[in-house]
Amino acid sequence: MDKSIVGVWSRPVANVVEQGAVRKFADAIGDPNRLYRDEEYARGTRFGRLIAPPTFCRTFDFGIIEGLTIAQEGLIHGEQSFHFERPVYVGEELWCSECLTDTYTRSGGSGAMTFLIFAQKGETKDGELVFTTRANVIQKEGAGA
Amino acid sequence: MTRPLSAGMEISPLHKGPVTQIDLVKYSGASGDFNPIHTVESFAIAAGLGGVIAHGMLTMAYVGQMLTDFAGMDADLVDFRVRFRAMVRPGDTIVCRGVVTEMREDDSGLLATLQVSAETQRQETVVKGTAMLRYL
Repeated sequence: MDKSIVGVWSRPVANVVEQGAVRKFADAIGDPNRLYRDEEYARGTRFGRLIAPPTFCRTFDFGIIEGLTIAQEGLIHGEQSFHFERPVYVGEELWCSECLTDTYTRSGGSGAMTFLIFAQKGETKDGELVFTTRANVIQKEGAGA
Repeated sequence: MTRPLSAGMEISPLHKGPVTQIDLVKYSGASGDFNPIHTVESFAIAAGLGGVIAHGMLTMAYVGQMLTDFAGMDADLVDFRVRFRAMVRPGDTIVCRGVVTEMREDDSGLLATLQVSAETQRQETVVKGTAMLRYL
């Protein structure tokens, strides 16, 4: 892994939080919450509009980190975190980007493992930070080569 | 604050599943994660997994549902982090649990910290983590 790529953010990509995509996501996780699909109901709540389930944020397009190539095979999702400044609203446009914040290799009983730590963020067009995420991904030596 | 929260309090568990292969296909489509280890049996077997496995993010979404159900209209989920500890397979049932570990106040309001987990019918913990709710 070329360490020079650490800290380089992707160019932000505009993502519209689509009503149908949110409903399908809520259906796929089996969450019947009306805040994700019943517009009239949501309007009457303190949110005033439909919102997205918290983990929906992982589905956005975060752009491409120039020069970063990782084989998908053999990757293990080790840890995931989300931090929210506020809920994500259906219909809004969020500019999403990501960055490899750290990478290191550890040797274990079953061979070397490379850890990749990714940060992601979503902001409004005006630069209001809405959420950040962090993912810890592990690649086992030899896998995905 | 509309409900008396205190450290040590368990929130309502959420029972999910049994997870089906169709659930994994649906989640792949809805999330855009088309890694074949979640949907193509022959690929997952060739990868040494013994069959398709669920997306870790699907289990995390289940835990998220428990948290947003509990928060209801009273609170916002502000922080949610998990470690994926074991694999979930089709046929597994999942129980999500949470317990309040700390209550504190800051400038933004009352904050509840929770320890969360998900385990299978084999009593195997598949997800473990923490969450924070901000009461309005």
